[in-house]
Amino acid sequence: MTFPRILLLSFLLVLVAPAGLAQVDAFAFENDEQRQRFRRLSNEFRCPMCQNANLTGSTGGVAEDLRREIHRMILAGSTDTEIEQFMFERYGDFIFYRPRLRPDTVLLWFGPALFLLFGAWMGWRILRQADDREKQTPAADLDTGEQEKLRRLLDNE
Amino acid sequence: MTKSLQKRIFFVPVAAFLLLAVFLWRGLYLDPTELPSVLIDKPMPEFAMTTVENQPVGNVNLPEQVFLLNVWGSYCLPCLVEHPTLMRLSEEGEFPVVGVNYKDRRQLALDWLERNGNPFAYSILDEEGRFGIDLGVYGAPETFLVDGEGVIRYRHVGVLDESVWRDVFVPVIDELRDPGPGP
Repeated sequence: MTFPRILLLSFLLVLVAPAGLAQVDAFAFENDEQRQRFRRLSNEFRCPMCQNANLTGSTGGVAEDLRREIHRMILAGSTDTEIEQFMFERYGDFIFYRPRLRPDTVLLWFGPALFLLFGAWMGWRILRQADDREKQTPAADLDTGEQEKLRRLLDNE
Repeated sequence: MTKSLQKRIFFVPVAAFLLLAVFLWRGLYLDPTELPSVLIDKPMPEFAMTTVENQPVGNVNLPEQVFLLNVWGSYCLPCLVEHPTLMRLSEEGEFPVVGVNYKDRRQLALDWLERNGNPFAYSILDEEGRFGIDLGVYGAPETFLVDGEGVIRYRHVGVLDESVWRDVFVPVIDELRDPGPGP
């Protein structure tokens, strides 16, 4: 391979290197299970600073600290629930991309389903209304004389 | 289907629209970067650390009166903006200001205090940001209002200038001292 080609190839390789994974792999773990848990947890938590990124994808200072904290807690033998509780006590529901199911988050969880049901109900009402109107033939309102008149008019057309 | 029900059904989309409009209108004026702190009405987290001057410091050293806990760093430009207000409060002495030197380096912090003046009774050195996590901090500057019992009463994210002090902190402090018109 010629030198320019090697250069081009290395450049392309840099492009495909997954930046997120590189950050995760900076931590050393005792086994793969710990690494998986770390990856899952830092994907689940939301970065408090750069609000639309999870901890894995964020380069913010506090995200870095929180990743280090998760790493420390995993090595210290904390369970996932304990780590989630730790984050919740400090950063509240905001830290979760999937907030916990509590009385004040019920609407958040089931609101969309409620809206869908409401829409379906509305749709059903409107369809039934149209149905009723169809059954009710216009001629029904007319007396015999008027019906006769109507038929004559239509026949003339 | 009766006429009146038909009429009522017509108002459903209008009502839905109005409700949505109210929510969205409110949303226009909410600051999404201002996260509610879960530490409000909770005691200050336990800590045993050192100050930037390398003195040991812990919960027992906290002022036994209403005070401000200001999270700052030498890298933090908005901290310079609020610095004159903190200096004034510190000089007046009614509300001591305790600093948390957040994710900074000791020497840089000392230089910054030397250069700009030191409004803090002392600054807790939190180079790793570990204490910041316990406080639910996500970036300097942030200012906590802590009462005489060491309970966090308010958290402000961002610059604490004179207008924020007047419009936000003073009412909260007044409320703390006189919690509502008694019966």
